[in-house]
Amino acid sequence: MSTEKTFKLDGKSIPFQDGDTIMDAALRAGEYIPHLCHNPEFAPHGSCRVCIVDVNGRHMSACTLPAAEGLEVDNSSERIMEQRRNILQMLFVEGNHVCPGCEKSGACQLQAVAYYTRMLSPHYTHFFPKRSVDASHPDIAIDFNRCILCELCVRASRDVDKKNVFSITGRGLESRLVINSASGKLGNSALSASDKAVSVCPVGAILPKHVGYDQPIGDRLYDNKPISVVGDVASANNQQENAND
Amino acid sequence: MTEMTDNTVNESGEKQKPRIATAALCGCFGCHMSFLDIDERILQLVELVEFDRSPITDIKEVGPCDIGLIEGGVANAENVEVLRDFRRHCKILVAVGACAVNGGVPAMRNQFELKECLVEAYINGIGVENPQIPDDPEIPLLLDKVHPVHEVVKIDYFLPGCPPSADTLWTFLNEILAGEEITFPYSLIHYD
Repeated sequence: MSTEKTFKLDGKSIPFQDGDTIMDAALRAGEYIPHLCHNPEFAPHGSCRVCIVDVNGRHMSACTLPAAEGLEVDNSSERIMEQRRNILQMLFVEGNHVCPGCEKSGACQLQAVAYYTRMLSPHYTHFFPKRSVDASHPDIAIDFNRCILCELCVRASRDVDKKNVFSITGRGLESRLVINSASGKLGNSALSASDKAVSVCPVGAILPKHVGYDQPIGDRLYDNKPISVVGDVASANNQQENAND
Repeated sequence: MTEMTDNTVNESGEKQKPRIATAALCGCFGCHMSFLDIDERILQLVELVEFDRSPITDIKEVGPCDIGLIEGGVANAENVEVLRDFRRHCKILVAVGACAVNGGVPAMRNQFELKECLVEAYINGIGVENPQIPDDPEIPLLLDKVHPVHEVVKIDYFLPGCPPSADTLWTFLNEILAGEEITFPYSLIHYD
């Protein structure tokens, strides 16, 4: 007797429960759908668009689309991969992502997803925006050059840490991450190094200080294995924290 | 993507080897060093290709070539001239390394006004004597911003990495010389 509800992901039957998104069901089944703003611990955000899939001929974000019986989801065709590459290329040119000069390099989810989609160039014209670095906090630095506006820190600080340290202000190209403190600086905020908001950053924007190169380049999360095998930055941080406890 | 065309035949009817030129624009020469890291495989390479303008040959002018490898971004007027000259002479032009691909570390100066950079280095720099901003006409004028090479000319292939490893360069050259599709295993794609 099979009353299990399923949809097809690249031809494979994926079981799901009521309330699941395509992403939830795929992750549970061990199928990788590239993503940046999604983290299973938080409510879906649907902003980065990297998890774009073709669902019965329509392009949808897998992290926000409710799973439904009979859906045919294309997660790996060259057409979908190319769209993801284009989205990633736009993310790269919109900020200042200087991988050789970034201490997150090798353990950065933006980089890892770009490797996964075989992105070899930024293709578009770089914006080279002028953004700042805030190193006013004794234990945490924030480099706005690398922020991709995934809002994971916003969600983690609001929903888990209950501190509301981060917020997005502005619209469109003017959108930017701001810090909720009297001076607008991280040093005056309630953020502490053990906060969830610090460990969920998928890129090198929010960085714990004093540990930058503890793990050598070449030995990092994505240096030898793709993200489809080793998983997200945040879940690797979780595992490390559990191991330390 | 651009394909290699058949090698031309010289006057004595022999097939000529594909010609490769290389240049370093605003980079650190690390990509050329990585290229030399192919070590003894360079003996195989010289069997397959002829080198034209390159720091390796010290030939100063680029002639008609099959493949041009560009290291470094575009930071001054001379970089623009060399890059355009390479584009005119090379059937296939390749951006090699982070600086050529996205401006790399030199492009971090794009955060500042050019004047601020010059003042910081030549006027207020620690230990600078007789401070002055160099203005000899022999010195190529700096551009306002550092640009990736694809923002100036059409680029056919991109090899990211700081630097791309010797294996990445070797794999690319072998595939392109064999007329094969360019594909890299996971370990050969990295941006750092």
